[in-house]
Parts: sequence; structure tokens; C-alpha cells
Amino acid sequence: MSLELALFYLAALVSLSATVLTVTRTNASHALIYLIVSLLAVALIFFLLGAPFAAALEIVIYAGAIMVLFLFVVMMLNLGRETVAQERRWLAPRMWIGPGILAAVLLLELLYLIVGTEVTTSGTGVSPKAVGIELFGPYLLAVELASILLLAALVGAFHLGRRYMRARREEIE
Amino acid sequence: MTAVSVPIEHVLVLAAALFAIGLVGVLVRRNVIFLLMSLEIMMNACGLAFIAAGARWAQADGQIMYMLILAVAAAEVAVGLGLVLQLQRRFNNLDIDAASELAG
Repeated sequence: MSLELALFYLAALVSLSATVLTVTRTNASHALIYLIVSLLAVALIFFLLGAPFAAALEIVIYAGAIMVLFLFVVMMLNLGRETVAQERRWLAPRMWIGPGILAAVLLLELLYLIVGTEVTTSGTGVSPKAVGIELFGPYLLAVELASILLLAALVGAFHLGRRYMRARREEIE
Repeated sequence: MTAVSVPIEHVLVLAAALFAIGLVGVLVRRNVIFLLMSLEIMMNACGLAFIAAGARWAQADGQIMYMLILAVAAAEVAVGLGLVLQLQRRFNNLDIDAASELAG
């Protein structure tokens, strides 16, 4: 097994364990840090698979922008020790069993379908230039739709957040 | 450009496992912030599957689909966190069950 392939399995292990830790934490900021570790591991996998542009986007937008947004909200909410205790109460083993079994059954079915293909990835990467040419050629309409979606999200988030900020300001005054 | 030849089966298994962990998170957690985080995990797993498929055929389409997922994830998080702020203001609680007033 080559060194690069070993790197892939190591990154896969890191991302899986960090994701499990994310889902099981009781403190929101600890969970976020584990999620960032998981996303960085997935970015490494993207790079190994020959998608350097996607790897950069994963770090800059996912692990950077989106996670920082989460962190800001967690800070604004000012969750205290009571929240952690409440989370611990909610995370009782009997809460886990039902959904755990259901998700495990679905995962097993999926694995049954996936396992058995003897194909490897091509081993040639796709450069950012090729991605850009595709993106602004055949996929131009998708880019425009994505921009409209982001604009709608911007307006929506501003509208929802503005009332919260106004209420907070009145509380302070 | 060179890359590693990974068995595509293993990448897809990883994506499926990440998706299942995210699904368990969505089903089990009651705190809205953790729900949103689990949704992010699931979307990221989908992105990984797309990148793997793109790497299989050495085409750019996988990365473009990944970028569209990224845009959807960013939009969802922005609106979702706005709703989290509203939830905290109205109920002083992040319990998703607190917002079940419409059930009557």
C-alpha cells in the first residue's frame, strides 16, 4: 500500500471519529471544534482525490465561514452550564437506541449496494482551470440560480436577525 | 495533475458512514444548533460522494455539484441560525419541541 493511500485511510479515520465526537458532545463549542477537525480531514481527502479547488473551498467556506457563523451564534446565545446539563439529560441511552438502529439498518443496506465494485478513482486530478471553464460554460444557469438562492438567504437571515437585535437593544436600554 | 487511485468503494463507504452519523444526530438531538450541525455533516457527506464520482471519471462536474451543495449549505445555515436566534428570544430555550405550537 502506497503512502498516499495510507494518508487517505488515516484522514478517513480522523473524519469519522471527529464526526462521532461532534454528534455526541454536550457543549456546542466543543462540538463545533470537532466538526472543524472533521471538515479539515475531508478537505485532505478531496485533495488526495485530485480536487484541489474543492479542498480549498472546503477549508475557506465550510471550515472557515460557515463554522465561524455557528461560533458567533453560540457566543451570542450565551449558553451556560444549565444547557450542558440539559443536553446530558436529553442524551440518555434510551434516546439513542431507536434512531441508532434505524440509521444502522439504512447504512447496512447502503453498504450492501456499494460494496463489491472493484473500481478505483482515475488517479488524474481536475485543475481549478477546468472547473472554472465548466462552471461558466454549461453550468452558467446553475451559478445564477445559486446566486439568487444566496440573495434570498441573505434577505431572510437579515429579516430574522434584525428583530432579535432590536429586541436585545431594547432590553439593554 | 496527479492524484491517488483510491478504491471508489471505500470513499463511498466513508461518505455513507458520515451521512449515517449525521442522520443519527438529526434524529437524536433536540438542541437546534446540534440539529443544524448534523445537517451540515450530511451535506458534507453528499459532497464527498460527488467529489469521488468526479474523481472516478476525471471530470469537473463533481466539483461543480459540490460547489452548488456548498451554496445550499451556506444559505441553509444563514436562515437556520436566524431562526435559532428567534427561537431563543421567544422561548428562552433551544429545544426544537418548544416550537410545536402549530400542532394545536
